[in-house]
Amino acid sequence: MKSLVPILTIVGAILLIWVLAVVPMNMHLTADQAQRDGLVVTPATPAERQAYSGLGLSFANLELIPLTYGLDRPRLPSPHQVAGEMWDTIALRNVTSRQSLVYHGWVTLSATLLGFAIGTTLGILLAVGIVHNRAMDMSVMPWAIASQTIPILALAPMIIVMMGSIGIQGLLPKAVISAYLSFFPVVVGMVKGLRSPDAMQMDLLRTYYASSAQAFWKLRLPASVPYLFASFKIGISAALVGAIVAELPTGARAGFGARMLVGDQYGQPLVTWAALFAAAITAAALVGIFTAMERLTLRRMGMVQA
Amino acid sequence: MNMAIISVLAIWGVGWFINARLAASRLAQSRMVRLLVPAIFGLTLLIMWEMLVRMLGISPIILPAPTAIADRFGSSLPMLWADFEQTIIKGAMTGYVIGMICAFAVAILADRSDFLTRGILPVGGFMAALPIVGIAPIFVKWLGSDWQSKAAVVAVMVFFPILVNIVAGLRDTSAMQRDLMRTYGAGYWQTLFKLRLPAAMPFIFNGLKIATTLALIGAIVAEFFGSPTVGMGFRISTSVGRLALDMVWAEIVVAAIAGSTLYGAVAWIEGRVTFWHPSQRK
Repeated sequence: MKSLVPILTIVGAILLIWVLAVVPMNMHLTADQAQRDGLVVTPATPAERQAYSGLGLSFANLELIPLTYGLDRPRLPSPHQVAGEMWDTIALRNVTSRQSLVYHGWVTLSATLLGFAIGTTLGILLAVGIVHNRAMDMSVMPWAIASQTIPILALAPMIIVMMGSIGIQGLLPKAVISAYLSFFPVVVGMVKGLRSPDAMQMDLLRTYYASSAQAFWKLRLPASVPYLFASFKIGISAALVGAIVAELPTGARAGFGARMLVGDQYGQPLVTWAALFAAAITAAALVGIFTAMERLTLRRMGMVQA
Repeated sequence: MNMAIISVLAIWGVGWFINARLAASRLAQSRMVRLLVPAIFGLTLLIMWEMLVRMLGISPIILPAPTAIADRFGSSLPMLWADFEQTIIKGAMTGYVIGMICAFAVAILADRSDFLTRGILPVGGFMAALPIVGIAPIFVKWLGSDWQSKAAVVAVMVFFPILVNIVAGLRDTSAMQRDLMRTYGAGYWQTLFKLRLPAAMPFIFNGLKIATTLALIGAIVAEFFGSPTVGMGFRISTSVGRLALDMVWAEIVVAAIAGSTLYGAVAWIEGRVTFWHPSQRK
């Protein structure tokens, strides 16, 4: 709670910089528009204005500054325009309409969640195998760690085409990309978690004559929960990025990635910005849900003080 | 069909048998075996891949064989090098350095105020979890399709994880250590350079290592939104369009080599700089 004021200050500063940047970024467009509308602009022709920087032109035309916030197709939309576009496409449209960001969000989110579920399930299973089998540990673990240093996201376009050419389309290829992006962080985190009980704790279970299965269920698995949640949070945001990027190079017609591309290609910056912020809010919500689950679970397990 | 599956399973069995024996042997802890086992595992997978593609006659537009990819890699080295230069050196590395410098500047500026530090940590951590790569189309519009827009995307992507780690690292000295510096009569800057920055290095390098992968992802994905006719992201998206999957795989090999080399380089520097840290002791 005591961080609330500093956080709001930082967010406020970022918003202020954004609002101020709108003026120079949009000035050239605004001046061109004002000239067409018959207003007096200094200097008078677009060619002369090209020599000015955005900031210089703003000082030469102080009376045009309010107009920079109202362009239909701004270079940099102001926060209220993005918020207006989002309100328009989220709250005012029917959720099944192609204009609705909720519809596009669900397309991306469903692929993300399906992929995340597949990726984490396989990741946890592999981690259990790695912890119990030395050969598996030595063979697979170096590759799982190395995979975190390579941009495996670059595989995304190919997977879409590969699966497309054997007749699988729609949700599943995107989910596959989300799955392998969330798979590796979960494997690495889960192995660390399952190994986190120290020698003394393992020895105690041995003095109880506990089998390796009992040690797994009663010690290793509970001990791995904090690590698992840390991996979940990394995995879910990686899965979302994967689903968005998967929509880019393939001409997908729905989803956040498709919206960004449409806004980009048809010169509708507000569409791109609204999709970008909606994706950011979705990511924040997903991570927030896992943080809340983590806090609740760890408290119920008695691993943190309430 | 059956023949293929049986022989592939046989290869798997042989590879697994060797690794199981190696892992159970007395030499399992030796450095050589630790490198050998993953190498055998990787090689087994490659052989299985090659056999499956050949024996089942899988079309190269679905999955090219490893040898076909190696062929393509060897025969288009000049092109791959040009793509590497455009994407990794101009786009990713420039952006990485810019983002790092900005993160250091902001962290040092904010460091004097506990108020700002407490605001930056959660906001930066939050930003680091967002799909920032989505700003790529906007930056391509603003800065044109050449490497400058990619460098800008990369700079924004790497900025937040590095910033959060620097700020967190600079807080990681004990009151006792700071008091010692005060008894020496050290000023703010002397304390910063002689105590707090060195103590923050493990954190900072953690951020720098996370950022290497992000930089490559940013530079490659940003090219999907527009690029000159060179670059790894450009090559991947156009080759996918022409169904030249061997070329795509060759670019992915380049990306993998570049990614692990960059990471390795940062980890190597980390070893030199933070030799005193427990995690670096041999």
